Amino acid sequence: METLALLAQGFAVALTPKILMLAVAGCIIGTVVGALPGLGPTNGVAILIPLSFSFGLNATEALILMTSVYYGAMYGGRISSILLNIPGDEPALMTTLDGYPMAKAGRASDALVLSGVASFVGALLATIGLIILAPVLARIAFLFGPAEYFALYLLAFATLGGMASNNQAKAAIAACLGLGIAMIGLDNSTGLPRFTYGNLHLMDGIDFLVAIVGLFAVTEVFVFIESHGRDSAIGVKLEKLRIPVRDIMRSAMTMLRSSVVGFIAGVLPGAGASLGSFLAYVTEKGIVRDNSQFGSGDPRGVAAPEAGNNAAAGGALVPMLTLGVPGSGTTAVLLALLVTLNITPGPLLFQERPEVVWGLIAALLIANFVLLILNVPMVKLFVLLLSVPPRVLLPGVTMIAFVGIFSLSGSSFDLVLMIAFGVLGFFLRKLDVPTVPIILGILLGGEMEDSLRRAMVISSGDWRFLFSSGISTGLWIAAVVGFIAPMFVRNLLKKPQAITD
Amino acid sequence: MIPGILRKVALGAVVTAALASTAHASECIAPANPGGGWDFTCRTIGKIMHDIGAVDDPIQVTNMAGAGGGVAYAHVVNERGSDEDLIIAASSATATRLAQNAYGGATYDQVRFLGAIGADPGVIVVGKDSPFQSLTELMDAVKSDPQSVSFAGGSAVGGFDHLKVLMALRRSGFEDIRAVKYIGLDGGADAITQTIGGFTQAMTGDISEVIGFLKAGDIRVLASFTDERIPGFEDIPTAKEQGVDVVAVNWRGLYVPKDISEDAYRRWSDALAQVGDSPEWAAAMEANGLAPFNRVGDDFQSYVSDVILEVEALSREIGVIQ
Repeated sequence: METLALLAQGFAVALTPKILMLAVAGCIIGTVVGALPGLGPTNGVAILIPLSFSFGLNATEALILMTSVYYGAMYGGRISSILLNIPGDEPALMTTLDGYPMAKAGRASDALVLSGVASFVGALLATIGLIILAPVLARIAFLFGPAEYFALYLLAFATLGGMASNNQAKAAIAACLGLGIAMIGLDNSTGLPRFTYGNLHLMDGIDFLVAIVGLFAVTEVFVFIESHGRDSAIGVKLEKLRIPVRDIMRSAMTMLRSSVVGFIAGVLPGAGASLGSFLAYVTEKGIVRDNSQFGSGDPRGVAAPEAGNNAAAGGALVPMLTLGVPGSGTTAVLLALLVTLNITPGPLLFQERPEVVWGLIAALLIANFVLLILNVPMVKLFVLLLSVPPRVLLPGVTMIAFVGIFSLSGSSFDLVLMIAFGVLGFFLRKLDVPTVPIILGILLGGEMEDSLRRAMVISSGDWRFLFSSGISTGLWIAAVVGFIAPMFVRNLLKKPQAITD
Repeated sequence: MIPGILRKVALGAVVTAALASTAHASECIAPANPGGGWDFTCRTIGKIMHDIGAVDDPIQVTNMAGAGGGVAYAHVVNERGSDEDLIIAASSATATRLAQNAYGGATYDQVRFLGAIGADPGVIVVGKDSPFQSLTELMDAVKSDPQSVSFAGGSAVGGFDHLKVLMALRRSGFEDIRAVKYIGLDGGADAITQTIGGFTQAMTGDISEVIGFLKAGDIRVLASFTDERIPGFEDIPTAKEQGVDVVAVNWRGLYVPKDISEDAYRRWSDALAQVGDSPEWAAAMEANGLAPFNRVGDDFQSYVSDVILEVEALSREIGVIQ
């Protein structure tokens, strides 16, 4: 009851014309930012922060604008994943696996509507989870030490083979490549640079956005040039929009399960939305009875990562608000914004600044409905952005990719690196090596290594520490099962098609 | 027709004039993305400088992220060495990285440090159920068995949070600093979470990072690394009071290019000193958990070089630099 009263108070804050306008504007900006490859939620929010200062927004208003952008980008990222096979941002990576094959099979609008609905379900459930469980869930973070985090990341990598089912060896090679790239930069545990060759730009490591845009967007350009546009992913036609009721009904349970998985992944500080969508996808693939179509256009393979990443985005707000620990890259930027606005996130935020927290939660609920409208009935507007002829679209995408990457650090070095990744991606595609595991290696590898190293420092090198708690042992068992089970189960299933096109 | 053209010409002239005047405005480079500490320094100090009339034009903020400030440092040294309209945000991290040669061979004498007018005091924190009641007890535990205590901090190994602990141990008579266990996490809140969770025994960070947890009663602050007790937190004893003579604060300040005229240097240091004395800055400091720390001009330059020498010696010993 008290919660409802507080929520009503939140709606009183949020339902003013100015805030509503900010929420709608944030949703639109976010969807566009998410849909454009190279501009992800992290740099979208970072670019907008100075704007909120110059508009003189107060704390609540600025926070609502930014989180609307954040939620919007989570929705928008799927659009280019589905239509172009280029993830609009890193959490939308997994959506390319089934979303693009669906679009290629002439079901682009079904995929867009289904993923829009899945995003809505994921985000809505996560927001409700945030309302009810935030204070309790915050305590989970205290249970996760280095050993537990290491086991969690290990679980993610152990299930990787289940994802790329056509050739596990190639997926493993790709993942190792990603892990190797993740080692570049200043080593957290010794403070020494690794593989930087004295280059200042490599000190911070390689930004995964550079790798994503290079491996997907730039590679696509090369393929397009080579084939004179015939084999390229660009240029999927969008047929008339209708609601794929059957697909939605069929994936209802998928959405619910994926939302739970994604939310939990989001609550744990660390990889956030990307880990959420990845775990949602592999869990779903492991659970459903007939998974032979996963990777070649199964609607549930579209619903799972979208529900997962939107739920994770909501989940990531839990540690951010209650502990001041960012659960993802974007929440790290949001956190910095909060601190600048003189709000100290932490255990007392809910008591000390209820108007900020509940205003935010109410705005998230409103934003979610706005986004559902923007992304289902009005999705065509955003698709228009991407459905111009390939000879116009491709230079446009390339240009935005360059601008987006340049905005990350303002250095031309990242642009060169991005092109290098494009060349790498081109050859990997020729060799039929999937690029998704590379990105996962870069995204999760650094964290995994740091966790292991921290665990070893704390235990003075005693490896038994890695199994010292119930949580870590449970995760280890899940990882081993996740790694071995597909080897035995695979023979029972029909061999699925390749995931790369 | 003719009036139309005239109007366009007039408009063009106005636009050009506007552009020309902004081109002369001063610039403050924040060597990180918007939202962080350096960004705060540029935006807040820049705004107050203009508001109180210490400079004539508004100061434009440029964000230049990369290599923990190294990209901006190289830019200033190589391309803007005599730009008199330029200030750059700096903090203890800038000095630490310079001392550890993390800026690709750049040294601290390639720029001129202007001053610092506020600081985030360093603290040592334990969980509320910790057996350690004072800094002395914690130091004694490390001395008798370095393996029994792990520290968590929000910076990498060799970062300022790590070095603070080593300085404190060194001053309490512990020499084998390589044996001290430290894990570096992504930010102070993460480090506190690990400490409250019982994975590490103590956390080293800045007071602004721990305020929320302190008020909630999840943690105890054993000591602050300041000359005097921190205003607003008078019940936290300083390390000095407990016989550990360490002053380690995360100062917020500025540097300027090396080859600017003596006049320009004085103009900037006067402006910074004015900001430091203003009520606007006092309010901004309070809102952001900063304590007063006023060192401007030559005084600051010598403070920075002392810190750099000590950090360099410690870093060499723990193997962060060869």
